[in-house]
Amino acid sequence: MSIQPRQFAAFSRVLHWTMAAMVLTMLCIGVAMVASLGDYHVLVSIHRPLGIAILILVVVRFVNRLLNPPPPFPATMSGAERLAATGSELAMYGLMLVLPLVGWGMLSAARYPIVLLGAVHLPFILPHNPTLYAVLRKAHTILAYLFFLTFMGHFGAILFHTLIVRDGLLMRMAPWNIGRQAASARYDERR
Amino acid sequence: MVPNTRRAGFAGVEVERKMGNASTLARFALIGVALAAVAGAFAYFGGWLTPKALTPARLTDAFERVDGVHAGFRRNHAKGVGVSGFFESNGNGMRFSKAAVFRAGRVPVIGRFSLSGGQPYVADAPDEVRGLGLQFSLPDGEIWRTAMINLPVFPFRTPQAFYERLVASKPDPKTGKPDPAAMKAFVERHPETAQAMSVIKGQPVSSGFDNSTFHALNAFRFSNAAGDSTPVRWLLTPMQPFEAASAAPVPRDKNYLFDALIAQIQRQPLRWRLILIIGQPSDPTHDATIVWPAGRERVDAGVVTLDRVESEATSAATDINFDPLALPAGIAPSDDPLLSARSAVYSQSFTRREGEAKQPSAITPADLRRGN
Repeated sequence: MSIQPRQFAAFSRVLHWTMAAMVLTMLCIGVAMVASLGDYHVLVSIHRPLGIAILILVVVRFVNRLLNPPPPFPATMSGAERLAATGSELAMYGLMLVLPLVGWGMLSAARYPIVLLGAVHLPFILPHNPTLYAVLRKAHTILAYLFFLTFMGHFGAILFHTLIVRDGLLMRMAPWNIGRQAASARYDERR
Repeated sequence: MVPNTRRAGFAGVEVERKMGNASTLARFALIGVALAAVAGAFAYFGGWLTPKALTPARLTDAFERVDGVHAGFRRNHAKGVGVSGFFESNGNGMRFSKAAVFRAGRVPVIGRFSLSGGQPYVADAPDEVRGLGLQFSLPDGEIWRTAMINLPVFPFRTPQAFYERLVASKPDPKTGKPDPAAMKAFVERHPETAQAMSVIKGQPVSSGFDNSTFHALNAFRFSNAAGDSTPVRWLLTPMQPFEAASAAPVPRDKNYLFDALIAQIQRQPLRWRLILIIGQPSDPTHDATIVWPAGRERVDAGVVTLDRVESEATSAATDINFDPLALPAGIAPSDDPLLSARSAVYSQSFTRREGEAKQPSAITPADLRRGN
């Protein structure tokens, strides 16, 4: 019997955990900055470059996803669960791409200088247009809440598999390498 | 051995049978706690757990409560006209800041003259605070914005104080004026405001926008090519001669200040010197209510020339947020708490008005043509 890789590729796991930390930080900074007077400027100054870093990394991640397909789902997951998992993965990839672009676009439409660090700033990607700004600004908020909800679903599902089903689903994404033997014992899939 | 849960379509039910209810319930509870903790942290960061805290939205709401909601207009400094021209730097500012705007040469400027308050059709009056917002477009694509007023100091030290005073200034529906007791109570709680007001009253008000001095008020940190950091305040001093506001009754023209400005710019460009006040390391940078000691070095950094005036209907300045923290490299915020708060509230006001249908401004394109 050939032993298939049961974990995500090492690079995929590095990307996953790095971006998980970045996205969660980003979502918290996002809601905190719009509610803050004293910390607004500091938070906005982090929000912009962090968003652009996520935009770059999600492109890397998308290419990596094509090069390193994920390991098969465990047998404990029903068709519906697999569909939900794939759907939420797609949604999160999409949001990681669209949210920074909407942010960049809305600042462009408002002609806010888009400073990343010091004199480094981004060009405007949309015309100066108040209505466009207003629409994109609202979309940015709605998409961010949607992202948080998707994350909660993702987090809840992995907790369910880890604590209730106990099928070791989380091990697929463990930051460390699990042994091939252990992996194959856990994921001995029969089709 | 392979547990039979593997083949379960939806595993939870199978597992529950296997493990016993108590253990499963505890595990479900753990999941609930973990999810609630994350949602709670998110809610905490978003300010939902502190509904009384002062936020940009609540401060902007206060403007709307005092002055009403005027769709499409700035929530403060609602009445204004757009201007444009250029800044000619003489290179002197480079001693303190590496910002490209201070290199000798000329950069385009867009600006907006305004009166304070959230009422876009308010009648001009000499003691209304006058504002000038400016945007400098630097050659490397950087942008510098500053929003200045014609007061030598700001009457409030913190955003909270500003908010309290704003709420106290809400006109009493019976008298049409703010409650004097509330205003008095505020000043008693804020001696720095009383002190600032006496400095403000000690400075004569000029006759118009053209001969007003505009102060940036908050301190900033300049850093030059060598990496030296210096606290700096700046102001624009008019090259038009000072003339005190007339003691005579205010003219009947509701827009007399703006009409005079339009006529002046259409006659000849108006000019201001950009003066940098160079602070000492010991000078407080966190308090806009006090002036720095006399004798601080003043550096003339160049001349702002405004040679075109436009109604808000056509001016590019209408849809610019003169955020005081839109800064080029070489100028950074100080520890003044007003700066971040201004940036946050300006942004809130900008987002609200940009999503609303625009109404005609008090100064219309027809007023501009009449000025010719």
